[in-house]
Amino acid sequence: MDTRSPDIPLLSLRDVTFRWPREQHDLIDIVEFELHPGEAVFVRGPSGCGKSTLLSLLAGVLTARSGQVRLLGQDWRDLSTAQRDRRRADHVGYIFQQFNLLPFLSVIDNVLLPIRFSAQRAAKAREASGAARASAEHLLEQLGLDARLWKRRAFELSVGQQQRVATARALIGSPEFVIADEPTSALDEALRASFMRLLLQARAAAGSALVFVSHDARLAEHFERHVDLPTLNRAGIPQAVAA
Amino acid sequence: MKAMLALAGQSAWNRRFVLVLVVLSIALSTFLLVGIERIRVDVRDNFATSVSGTDLIVGARTGAVQLMLYAVFHIGNASNNIRWRSVQALAQNRAVAWTIPISLGDSHRGFPVVATSQAYFERFRYGDQTALAFAQGRPFEKVFDAVLGAEVARRLGYKLGDRIVLSHGDGVLSTNDHADKPFTVVGVLQPTGTPVDRSVHIDLEGMEAIHIDWVAGAPLPGLTVPADQVGNYDLTPKNVTAVLVGLKSRAAVFSVQRWISEYDGEPLMAVLPGVALDELWDVVGIGERGLLAVSALVSLVSVAGLVAVIMTGLNERRRELAILRAVGAGPRQVLLLLAAEGVLLTICGVVLGALASIVATALLAGWVQTHFGIALHLRPPSTDEWLLLAGVLAGGSLASLVPGYRAYRLSLADGLSPRI
Repeated sequence: MDTRSPDIPLLSLRDVTFRWPREQHDLIDIVEFELHPGEAVFVRGPSGCGKSTLLSLLAGVLTARSGQVRLLGQDWRDLSTAQRDRRRADHVGYIFQQFNLLPFLSVIDNVLLPIRFSAQRAAKAREASGAARASAEHLLEQLGLDARLWKRRAFELSVGQQQRVATARALIGSPEFVIADEPTSALDEALRASFMRLLLQARAAAGSALVFVSHDARLAEHFERHVDLPTLNRAGIPQAVAA
Repeated sequence: MKAMLALAGQSAWNRRFVLVLVVLSIALSTFLLVGIERIRVDVRDNFATSVSGTDLIVGARTGAVQLMLYAVFHIGNASNNIRWRSVQALAQNRAVAWTIPISLGDSHRGFPVVATSQAYFERFRYGDQTALAFAQGRPFEKVFDAVLGAEVARRLGYKLGDRIVLSHGDGVLSTNDHADKPFTVVGVLQPTGTPVDRSVHIDLEGMEAIHIDWVAGAPLPGLTVPADQVGNYDLTPKNVTAVLVGLKSRAAVFSVQRWISEYDGEPLMAVLPGVALDELWDVVGIGERGLLAVSALVSLVSVAGLVAVIMTGLNERRRELAILRAVGAGPRQVLLLLAAEGVLLTICGVVLGALASIVATALLAGWVQTHFGIALHLRPPSTDEWLLLAGVLAGGSLASLVPGYRAYRLSLADGLSPRI
C-alpha cells in the first residue's frame, strides 16, 4: 500500500495533449487532473470522447505529446519503454470492458498473471496471504467466485464471472492504481449492481485508487467523485465521431 | 523471459489442433530432408563398401561406370564377354596377385547368379577389408554346388541341402529354366550389406555345365546332356563377364591398367573402383542435389505455412496482447511471445521429423534391403544431417520473427485498446 500522504496525488495530469500519428488535431487536451491514494473516481463520457486513449495514457502505454502524466510522482515520459512496462506491472491494475481473460489459462492462473511480471506485486501478495496463490484465492472468495470454478478455463465462465476474475487479477498484489474500462458494459442490470458492490469492496480492502470509466451515468451513484470527460478534455469529440 | 516462454507454450497448447497440423507439416518436410540425406549417404556407403581390396575391375570395353555397375552391383548387362584365355593371361601378369573371374547372366527367382571361382571366398573383400564368412556350410566344391547370399536364403527360406533350379537370363520365361540340372545349397554366407547378400554363387564350371546343351541363349534342339554326364565334358569356361583383380603392389595399378588397355588378344578395359565410383557420383550427384533442393523447397513451404498460421491467428489475439501489455508485458516481450511460439513449433516439428526418420529407418531397413539391396543403417544423425536440422530450425526461427514483428507493431499501435 502507498504510504504517501493523501495530499500528494497518486496520479496527476498537467497540460496533457495527445494525438495519434498523422492526425491533425489533438484527441486529448487536459489542463489538470489529480487522483489521490485510495480515491475512487467515476469518469463518464460518450463513445469516441477519448476514454480508452486517456486510460492508455494513465497506464503509460501511450505517452503524452506534451504535458505531464505522473504516477507516484514519476512522469511516464521520463521513463524508457522497458521502465514504463515494469512500472505498470508493479503499480497498475487494469480491468477491460470484455474479453478480459486469457482463455487458455485457468481462473487462478489468470489472477496470478500480473505476479509473473512483477516481483513487487508478488512480494505484496505473499505478504498479504502467505503465498501468492492464497492471495489469489482470497480475492476470488472476496469477489464471490465459487471455489469449484477456480481451476476451470476462463472461457468456461459466464461474462459476469469473468469480470470478477478480471477484478481479482487487477487487485492482486494491491497495486496503488486500478483502471476499470467500462467493465459493466456486458453485464445485465442485476449483475451490474452486484459487480459494482464487489469491485468497490475489494478495491477498498486492497487500498487501491480507482479510475472507473463508463458511458453509463447510472453507475455514478457508486462514487463520491465524478468527472465528465467531455468537460475535462478540452479537445472535445472529433467531428467524425460526433456526427 | 521465463514467464513469456511459459505463456507461449500455454497459448500454443490452447490452439493445438491447428498448430499440430503445422508441426506435422514441418515434421514431414524435415523427415523428407533428413530421409533423403540418410538414403543418399547409405547408398553411397553401400556402393563404397561393396568392393574393397580390389585394385582393378576388368571387362570388355565399355563405360567405366557401366563396367563397375554390372561387375560389382549386377546392375545392367555387359556389352561383351572376356575370353578365358585373356583371363589366364591377366592372372599370369607379374604384377597381379590374384584374380576373381565372374560370369553373370542367369538368375534364381529374381536373384542374380554369380559364377566364380574359389578365389571369390578367399580374396573378395567388402566394407573395411572384411572377408566373406559362412553362416552355414562351406564354399562350393562340386559342379552343382551353390552358395547363397544371406538375403536370398532368408527371403526364400532355403537351408543346406535344398535343391534349386537356375533360370537362363532374368527367368521371366519358365521355358528358360535349367530344370534338368538343379543345384544343391552347400553354404549360406553371413550378411554383408552388399550385393553379395542378394546373389546365388556357383562355380564357373557349374555355369558352363548348365549351358553345355545350349546355343545362343536357347536349348539346342535334340541334344540333352543329363546332369550326371556333364563330367564327361570339358567344363573350362570359354568366357566370363568380368574379372576382379588384386595387385601385389598398388603402385603398379596404372601400368597394369595400361597393359590391359593395350592387350592385343581382345579389346579390354580396366577401371579403378574408386575412380569409377567418383564418376558415378558425378552423374548421380545432379539427381541428389535436385532431390535435396526439392526437399529444401518443401521445408520452405512448411515454414511459410507456419508463418501464415500464426499471422492468421494474430488478429484474433490482439486482445490477448492488450491484456499482456496491461499486466506489464512490453512490446518486445510480445514479439518474443509470438517468435517463441514459432520457434517452439519448429523445434517440435524438427524433433518429430528427425525421430520419424530414425523410426522409419528401423522399420523399413529390412524391406529396403530386400527390395532395393540397400542397407539402411540405424545411426545417430551425421554432421550433414545436423546441419540440415539446424537449417530448418534456423529458417523456422527467422520466419517466426515475421509474426513476432507484426505483433510488436500491433501492440505499439493498439496499446490497451485493440481496434478489431
